[in-house]
Amino acid sequence: MTKVSMTVNGRSMSGDIEGRTLLVDFLRQGLGLTGTHVGCDTSQCGACVVHVDGKAVKSCTVFAADVAGAEVTTIEGMGNPDGSLGVIQQAFQDHHGLQCGFCTPGMVMSAAALLAENPKPTEAEIRHYLEGNICRCTGYHNIVKAIMAASGQDVSAVAAE
Amino acid sequence: MPKDHGIGASSKRREDVRFLSGRGRYTDDMNLARQAYAVFLRAQVAHAKINKIDTTDAAAMPGVIRVFTAQDFSGVGGLPCGWQVTDRHGNAMLEPKHPILAEGKIRYVGEALAMIVAETEAQARDAAEAIVMDVEDLPAVVDMKAAAAGGTLVHDDIGSNLCYDWGFVEDNKAAVDEAFARADHVTTLELVNNRLAPNPMEPRVAIGDYDFSTDQHTLYTTSQNPHVIRLLMGAFVLGIPEHKLRVVAPDVGGGFGSKIFHYAEEAAVTFAAKELRRPVKWTSTRSEAFITDAHGRDHVTKIELALDKDGHFQAIRTETFANMGAYLSTFAPSVPTWLHGTLMAGNYKTPLIYVNVKAVFTNTVPVDAYRGAGRPEATFQLERVIDKAAREMGMDPVELRRKNFVQPDEFPYQTPVAVVYDTGNYQATMDKLLDIADVAGFEARRAESAEAGKLRGLGLNCYIEACGIAPSNLVGQLGARAGLYESATVRVNATGGIVVMTGSHSHGQGHETTFAQVIADMIGIAENQVEIVHGDTANTPMGMGTYGSRSLAVGGSAMVRAANKVINKAKKIAAHLLEASEADIELKDGAFSVAGTDKSVDWGSVCLAAYVPHNYPLEDLEPGLEETAFYDPSNFTYPAGAYACEVEVDPETGKVTICAFAAADDFGNVVNPMIVEGQVHGGLAQGIGQALLEGVSYDENGQLLSGSYMDYAMPRADDVPSYVVDHSCQTPCTHNPLGVKGCGEAGAIGSPPAVVNAVIDALHRGGITHVTHIDMPLTPGRVWSAIQG
Amino acid sequence: MYAFDFVKPSSIDGAAEALQEEEAMALGGGQTLIPSMKQRLAAPSVLVSLGGIAEMRGVCIADDGAVCIGGATPHAVVAAEAAASYPALAALAGGIGDPAVRNRGTIGGSLANNDPSACYPAAALGSGATIVTNTRKIAADDYFEGMFTTALEPGEIITEVRFPVPQAANYQKFLQPASRFALTGVFVAKYADGVRVAVTGASEGGVFRWSEAEAALSADFSPAAVEGLTVSPEGMIGDLHGTPAYRANLVKVLTKRAVAAAG
Repeated sequence: MTKVSMTVNGRSMSGDIEGRTLLVDFLRQGLGLTGTHVGCDTSQCGACVVHVDGKAVKSCTVFAADVAGAEVTTIEGMGNPDGSLGVIQQAFQDHHGLQCGFCTPGMVMSAAALLAENPKPTEAEIRHYLEGNICRCTGYHNIVKAIMAASGQDVSAVAAE
Repeated sequence: MPKDHGIGASSKRREDVRFLSGRGRYTDDMNLARQAYAVFLRAQVAHAKINKIDTTDAAAMPGVIRVFTAQDFSGVGGLPCGWQVTDRHGNAMLEPKHPILAEGKIRYVGEALAMIVAETEAQARDAAEAIVMDVEDLPAVVDMKAAAAGGTLVHDDIGSNLCYDWGFVEDNKAAVDEAFARADHVTTLELVNNRLAPNPMEPRVAIGDYDFSTDQHTLYTTSQNPHVIRLLMGAFVLGIPEHKLRVVAPDVGGGFGSKIFHYAEEAAVTFAAKELRRPVKWTSTRSEAFITDAHGRDHVTKIELALDKDGHFQAIRTETFANMGAYLSTFAPSVPTWLHGTLMAGNYKTPLIYVNVKAVFTNTVPVDAYRGAGRPEATFQLERVIDKAAREMGMDPVELRRKNFVQPDEFPYQTPVAVVYDTGNYQATMDKLLDIADVAGFEARRAESAEAGKLRGLGLNCYIEACGIAPSNLVGQLGARAGLYESATVRVNATGGIVVMTGSHSHGQGHETTFAQVIADMIGIAENQVEIVHGDTANTPMGMGTYGSRSLAVGGSAMVRAANKVINKAKKIAAHLLEASEADIELKDGAFSVAGTDKSVDWGSVCLAAYVPHNYPLEDLEPGLEETAFYDPSNFTYPAGAYACEVEVDPETGKVTICAFAAADDFGNVVNPMIVEGQVHGGLAQGIGQALLEGVSYDENGQLLSGSYMDYAMPRADDVPSYVVDHSCQTPCTHNPLGVKGCGEAGAIGSPPAVVNAVIDALHRGGITHVTHIDMPLTPGRVWSAIQG
Repeated sequence: MYAFDFVKPSSIDGAAEALQEEEAMALGGGQTLIPSMKQRLAAPSVLVSLGGIAEMRGVCIADDGAVCIGGATPHAVVAAEAAASYPALAALAGGIGDPAVRNRGTIGGSLANNDPSACYPAAALGSGATIVTNTRKIAADDYFEGMFTTALEPGEIITEVRFPVPQAANYQKFLQPASRFALTGVFVAKYADGVRVAVTGASEGGVFRWSEAEAALSADFSPAAVEGLTVSPEGMIGDLHGTPAYRANLVKVLTKRAVAAAG
């Protein structure tokens, strides 16, 4: 066991880890931040996406020790300071961009990374960017709509209802 | 003007706030004090005799608490099967024992051989590698037709690989054969309904707990139906009476059928928790899910359609091989029979139908219900053979369908396959589809694709499903070993707020929102005055579970019935408070009034009177306001619709791109249009996934080739289009109080034939007329090979 | 996953020394290695992260005009920083995996692993790149030795990859629908002294150069030049996602498309 420290959602956190402790396990078990999920073991589903130093990464495919000292943001850090849902989260609720909720934290984190890079993405750009996030419930339609809405664009462009 | 409240409003989902803020509570998010971890050693070969499992070294590994093998479970039952099919000859299906851990033989790759419980998951995994297996490999039985023909047996003790040979309706067989003999035209199609892995995004998890002081067992599990698990595991496996067993299914990350069934791991951790006097947790990996979660579909079918010279359907005859896998999963036998044969009439008036299904054991993962379960298999073969017939006879596929529809004035309609459709309007959904899919504009779009070197095609089809399962007396006759009612308790608190405890379970469907909308609408109060509780057998009444698009139609109906009991009692209280006759009391907008007067009392005051009965007819009425009701439907519900898919095929690579998808559904009344549309979207993506991407594949040795997301292609956002969906054609269900039909499975049932019909259409319009069928998934390689001929 | 010691040196020398340990392995972005370790298919005793070595990260232009990419540079950085200097390479990097994978996965990790369906080997071979290690320089033509096999010695670290910039180039990737690796991918690059065509995802021997196409395209850089050629299915990969014949077809179709796109 060694000690690792990092800044998580703006707060300095530390805990004991093994070499093999994955970032997602440190977050879930070490820090009790269970909003980040594990949906696969081949780095494809994206339920575990968090931000490390502002970049989206799959926390199931990063060792906690490798991101010592980094700034990590998880779904728990995406709300407004008053505890209400942030813009992207609110757009997901408004446009029914989630059903079972399991892929949702990763989707929101990827959406946030996309909008940071590309504030006004097209529908095709959104769909392409979500290549690493699998949702089994929504058929993606309303996720795309939610991200479009979160970017301040007209959602009627996504599709006729 | 869309409603903003109650039934018919697109109320935003209340459950979303916790999911979006990372505060959902899924089973793997839970950790109990003194918890130990279970890991299962799993078979790596498909078929073998077990000589010995030596756990000596493993038991001595660091952190290991105990290693369990089949011997430890000798005193408990096997996993029960909930449905018994009777074969063509009147005999019961063959039903092999389904042990918790493999006994004597290994029967599929992934079968649990031993359970290692250790202080940490890593220690348990390390110890699993130290178990020494002494096995003798046997030839694997993988191909269904070969298995049915005999040879190597999956289960030696039952003497055959044929679970049942089912004929439906057996008495119609001779008449069907005769109709084929005199038909003007017969279209034949052989096809495969590809085996799928359900893949809810949350892998399964089970935590067993045991309280020595009260002899109370608790199982936390990723289930669609905690009461069913309590019944099956308690009564049939571990022998724990219901009052000593609590099953909790907290937030569950999708199910799609795969979390209906009672799995070995649930019983194993519950058993171990008592043995070890410690909580025991098991979390599946995704790789493990591929070899342990029940798969879906896997039918090989020959369908024949007999028509007269004008295209009227005369008869349908099918022969299907249905894979059961190595053991019978909970509802497996019902899927290729009663959920499949009864739907073979589709939306059409075919007077004579005969369905033959041979269910076969193979050395593969057990197969059971997956979104749609049996109905997608029926729809796919029927809607494909109709398209083929239209092409062979030079008829328009839409007109051929219209000509054979059950017409709007012919309901209720008795099909030749047992079920009675209560209501529907198939012409209306087809009209709507042609409009929303802009079929009129197709030719121009095709020409545009051709300019770019792409072949564009249009595929259409209809579907019908039997949902809201089901009448208990009917399913009992059909072999179900359980009832299929639902129940609900409506508890009104003293200040008027309401808690509804439902036996239905929500794992993405949004019951917490829609059920509250119904209650709020009935009473005329705000939705936030209503709380929905589900998922814990300790505080909800008996429920048979969420599957078969039945929650609102059956569970919702039970809730309505309980709410009506509450309202009736509240009217009595109001009559007393208003000094009026109960018959004159009306409830509207959250207030009780005396008809024809301005006297009224609000909902809250009546509730308060029930709990603070100072001015109350105690001699006639008990205090309090809480009612429970059970509801058992008198028929299935029959959602139906028409779907259209437009594709582009790249003739050089065989790649199929979905350009557009339109769905016109008749779900009867709709409580929350936003949620209904979301359910359709999700179903469409799964159906498109089946048609183009997904397929479980085994090699001849029974090794799974598609064992992870590296090889099993899940639909991504860029594999699917934006969908055009419509549910404005509404023929309300005639026999449940809400007039609802269910919408959860429609998209997955109706979409695969539309996609395949579209690809075949594209090839034919492009002059590639030798291709009449391609088996799903229509991967680029398969389409390219078909084009090559 | 088996237990191991994790170290993160800050210099190439430090990493090389750490890799001298018995059963030590280098960790690039880990996007392939970590999933293998979860399956217990890899069992290092010491895992040496290369992510802390500043001199191994980034994109620069050498005096001879070659684009030089540090071995520990993530795909997303290449996609952004090579976009102006070598657009086809940047586009290839921007199409690997998915955005989150591109933020971690590195060029050195990809080339060291040499997955037969990976994209970077096609770019390196198709560009005649030089793989620079802590001990030597290896020409791409000498580097790839078949599926998951390279000229690297145990403990050798890819510190940099140098890509000569072609006059025109393009990469066509046909997705394997599940993994999103290349079912087949073709990298075409036109240099003053000839055209190079490198194919990934197709052959059981890993990435290879399609020499007939190179000759034809060197004479006439147009899709039509490839039309008359045939690709033999022999030695092509056959799996769930495509037969050898199908992959052979893709090699030709994608080559034509790459040439057309390169212009």
